[in-house]
Amino acid sequence: MRRFVWFLVVVLAIAHWDYWNWNDRGLVAGFLPVGLAYHAAFSVAAGATWALVARFAWPAGIERWASEGDGAGDGRGAAESDEGPANAGGGAET
Amino acid sequence: MLALAATDPTPLYVIGGYLLLLVGLGFVTKALFRGTSSDYFVATRSIGPFLLLMSVFGTTMTAFALVGSTGKAYDLGIGVYGLMASSSAVVHSLVFFLVGMRLWAIGKRHGYVTQIQFFRDRFESSFLGSLLFPILVALVIPYLLIGLLGAGAVMSGVTRGMFPDTFAGGAVPSWLTGMVICGVVLFYIFSAGLRGAAWANAFQTVVFMITGVVAFLLISNELGGLAAASHRVLANAPSHLAREGLIGHGQFLTYGLVPLSVGMFPHLFQHWLTARSARTFRLSIIAHPVFIMIVWVPCILIGIWALGAGIEAPGGNSNAVLGKAVAVLLANPLLSGLLTAGILAAIMSSLDSQFVCLGTMFTHDVVLHRTGPDRFDDAAKVALGRGFIVFIVVLTYLLSLFPPPHIFDLAVWCFSGFASLFPLVFAALYWRRATRAGAIASVCVMAATWSVLFYDGLIRPRAVEGDYLVLGLMPVTFIFLASAATLVVVSLLTAPPSRATVDRFVFRGG
Repeated sequence: MRRFVWFLVVVLAIAHWDYWNWNDRGLVAGFLPVGLAYHAAFSVAAGATWALVARFAWPAGIERWASEGDGAGDGRGAAESDEGPANAGGGAET
Repeated sequence: MLALAATDPTPLYVIGGYLLLLVGLGFVTKALFRGTSSDYFVATRSIGPFLLLMSVFGTTMTAFALVGSTGKAYDLGIGVYGLMASSSAVVHSLVFFLVGMRLWAIGKRHGYVTQIQFFRDRFESSFLGSLLFPILVALVIPYLLIGLLGAGAVMSGVTRGMFPDTFAGGAVPSWLTGMVICGVVLFYIFSAGLRGAAWANAFQTVVFMITGVVAFLLISNELGGLAAASHRVLANAPSHLAREGLIGHGQFLTYGLVPLSVGMFPHLFQHWLTARSARTFRLSIIAHPVFIMIVWVPCILIGIWALGAGIEAPGGNSNAVLGKAVAVLLANPLLSGLLTAGILAAIMSSLDSQFVCLGTMFTHDVVLHRTGPDRFDDAAKVALGRGFIVFIVVLTYLLSLFPPPHIFDLAVWCFSGFASLFPLVFAALYWRRATRAGAIASVCVMAATWSVLFYDGLIRPRAVEGDYLVLGLMPVTFIFLASAATLVVVSLLTAPPSRATVDRFVFRGG
């Protein structure tokens, strides 16, 4: 399912280029230009696709990973900077 | 922009009332402020789904979403929606999902408050932070100026004729509008930092969304209904109902790179860090595309309807079309006041986050980076943050008094610059082989390519009017490709970073 929802995202991205509507001046429901109606529906479809991504392709374990910080929210970390370890990170604010 | 040319002060009362509401909201959020630096800079990472959605949406939608989109549709027709709005519907949520959530997790793991803290540690390079800092600040400041100058233009238009004995043209001057707007925004962010900005953004997002829809319904009613308004376009400006001859295929396709800019907006990074959990992002990821539609579709229709109805852009300035349409079609001072308040809401909901973000960057990436994180206690860090926010607000205000030429054309260039830095953040999160040298080279090449095209597109006189394109493509295409290619090639040619460092920043889960 995960692969399928990402496939839907790719389809969505391709479907954004609606070259077949390029010169269509018709009106949907008597007032909405075809190109605008297509892209308004596209926006709703995007929301629905992202709902599927959030349901089936959610990165499992990210909450736990976020809570496993080496500095426990300290922010100074262990990385060495090219100006020396003392200046690395710099954010012990939380 | 809203050229009523009347002396009825009702719009001013409505706008004044709205600004007072914001000040009142500032008092409320001040009561919610917990007094810690964590609360001031990232709201103690406690913001829930609804507030995150509204604050992020309000921050990404500038005044352009209301005023500029109407003007662009007036010039280029309905294709503007696909060009700028529906592309964002896919790309913004993609970036929130792939980049925003991981940056939130890394920010929580390591206690980061700014992007630069993350990049410095991820690439083990203090120099990279020092290189990025002026670039990010330089790309945000024009964005701030556009907001302030836009607010000044709107207020000047709506108050024209109200003060004939006090101000030139009888209108509230831009310097006074800028001062009041800065004062109000400063009040609520000074009180409660990013928590104050998040609440104010949520409130202002509701205001400008409702205002846009109300203006749309009233204008369509005045034009004889939805069908009559659109049929007038079919009769008088049929080309604007399609894209042929107005927007090229290459331009349309490559414009899709511009929304990647949200991945590198420093103010959005800071909003992401406020999330209570990764799950908090779900609502933003799903609802953001629909919210874009709610705001943009009415504005695009008003733009083409104005053209169909024969409303001329004042002085050839299509950005004034929305105000002109309201003035001509509705001539209602109360509605003009509400619409102006809506436009100011859109402007201020971006300004506040940008002010807080720049103040935070000066505090953490300059002062605390140099002095060490333990040099100041918590209260002193909040005081430093507040001090820098005041500095940024005053600096922006002073710069707005002497606007550079072409300031309103700078927006897409700022966005292109941020978008071209996207390969850097994406590689930092997903590509274990990305190296310090690759990152530095990528930023340098991005800055150089951007500068060359910027000079050619905006500074050097051009024979052709309209959007600046290179081989029919948006300039961001070339800046982005140069930046990405440099990052990949230089990274592959240099020694990889240590596994221990990469493990700290690259999430291996799904």
